[in-house]
Amino acid sequence: MSVENLEQPGVGQVAAIQLRHASLAFDEKRVLQDVSFELAPAGTLILLGVTGSGKSVLLKVILGLLKPDSGEVLIEGEDIVPLGESELNAFRRRMGIVFQEGALFDSLSVYENVSYRLWEEGQRDEDEIERSVRQVLGFVELEEAIDKMPAELSGGMRRRVAIARAVISQPRIMLYDSPTAGLDPVTANTIDNLIVKLRDVQHVTSVVVTHRVPDAVMISSFVFSPERQGLLPASANGDGNRVEPTQFIVLKEGKVYFRGDRHALVKAQDPYLRRFIE
Amino acid sequence: MSYLKRKVLAIQDGTYLLTNALRAIFTPPRYTVDTLIQMDVIGVGSLPIVLPTGLFTGMVLALQTYRTLTRFGSASILGEAVALSVVRELGPVLTALMVVGRVSSGIASEIGSMLVSEQVDALRAMGTDPQRKLVAPRLYATLMTLPLLTILSDFIAMLGGYVISLTIAHLTTNEYWSPAYQSLDYRDVTQGLIKPVFFAFVVALVGCYFGLNTTGGTEGVGRSTTQAVVVASVVILVLDFFITLFLIGIGFA
Repeated sequence: MSVENLEQPGVGQVAAIQLRHASLAFDEKRVLQDVSFELAPAGTLILLGVTGSGKSVLLKVILGLLKPDSGEVLIEGEDIVPLGESELNAFRRRMGIVFQEGALFDSLSVYENVSYRLWEEGQRDEDEIERSVRQVLGFVELEEAIDKMPAELSGGMRRRVAIARAVISQPRIMLYDSPTAGLDPVTANTIDNLIVKLRDVQHVTSVVVTHRVPDAVMISSFVFSPERQGLLPASANGDGNRVEPTQFIVLKEGKVYFRGDRHALVKAQDPYLRRFIE
Repeated sequence: MSYLKRKVLAIQDGTYLLTNALRAIFTPPRYTVDTLIQMDVIGVGSLPIVLPTGLFTGMVLALQTYRTLTRFGSASILGEAVALSVVRELGPVLTALMVVGRVSSGIASEIGSMLVSEQVDALRAMGTDPQRKLVAPRLYATLMTLPLLTILSDFIAMLGGYVISLTIAHLTTNEYWSPAYQSLDYRDVTQGLIKPVFFAFVVALVGCYFGLNTTGGTEGVGRSTTQAVVVASVVILVLDFFITLFLIGIGFA
């Protein structure tokens, strides 16, 4: 498969995320087989694949929630596989994850959900915490929902709160597990907008698992313009709307079936790959 | 995976759960607020089922014992009979079984649904150890409240026996309470208070174990809940027998 035109980290630059021959099996079922890739800081990786192809597992491996049976997982140059749970927490602090259904804590309000991580990191200044919470809720345009409980929120709002919760500690890496699954196109568009905005404004490395083609198109071909406060089509000719080329990986039965950029994916004739383009 | 291998792994997981929860007492971070909330949920929340259970157990026990005792002309020791059975055996076991039905099931379903909706992963992703945040507070809360619930239940059961002794057995207040009070020595009371401590471990940890090992989505949560109640109930009855056997063996009962 095509591997040209990928954003490989430049000389002297450490990859934000690098997997080397990672394999993982649950009992006899092999969920990841020899997965390798590299993602530069502020780069974007879009993970495609049918259900059960190992996409969500891969995100959990990057976060250290699951350990591969063999291979290495390097976060900003350090292998996290041999680390214990308490050492892993230092790495997880640099990362944020948005789970499929948001995974908000049902028993806590939006404010408590979003501020959870700050409490956990030992911040106790209520005013400071509230300011941070309002700021990130403002970013996802949900400041009015601050006192609501997760059960009162719609699917799209839950996802936005989950994004706010993930970004409050200003992670350098964001992982999104099917952030738009089950949402209507308009709401899904809002989520995609947030992902692009976060990437382009705060230069966050992004890994997006999705099965929706519009997400992939939007994220890989638009940039956020701070002047216009909106998205502009990305152009590769350096006129200011440049976006780092987005890397696409298609997984099939735990193996990397395709790795390349958007053009290579669009041109592919393989029937499995066509499923994600058409 | 073979049946045997699964069982051995389950014992290993259970042991980890126990040791991690115990270790959480001595090292930070501690979730004190969570523990207080759980004490309210588990302790205060169980009163409405524990107290009626105690009352009616005491009453029916007095009723049955009275019929037997009158045949031998020893109705005067009704208070003693009720007090000894309640404090040594019925109070701890019935309280624990009632609390299993409410608390183990509650813990298993709550943690189970958190697991299937990825909230447990979200906790870990944010640097929280679920064993400390979810398991330890529930264990400590149960350890602190189950003995107290047992004491209340014992008292209410003896009160139930007293009601029967007044109304049906026609004993005086003194005829009921004197033998009841005098027959109990410190070994009976200690036995009755050692048991709930062991039962508390079963109630909390079996609930947490099945909650954290939920598989198969929402349907799996229901399955975990049922399993937690069944396993915890049986373990409590078996454990009760062995604790009693041991205490008799060392001359403590």
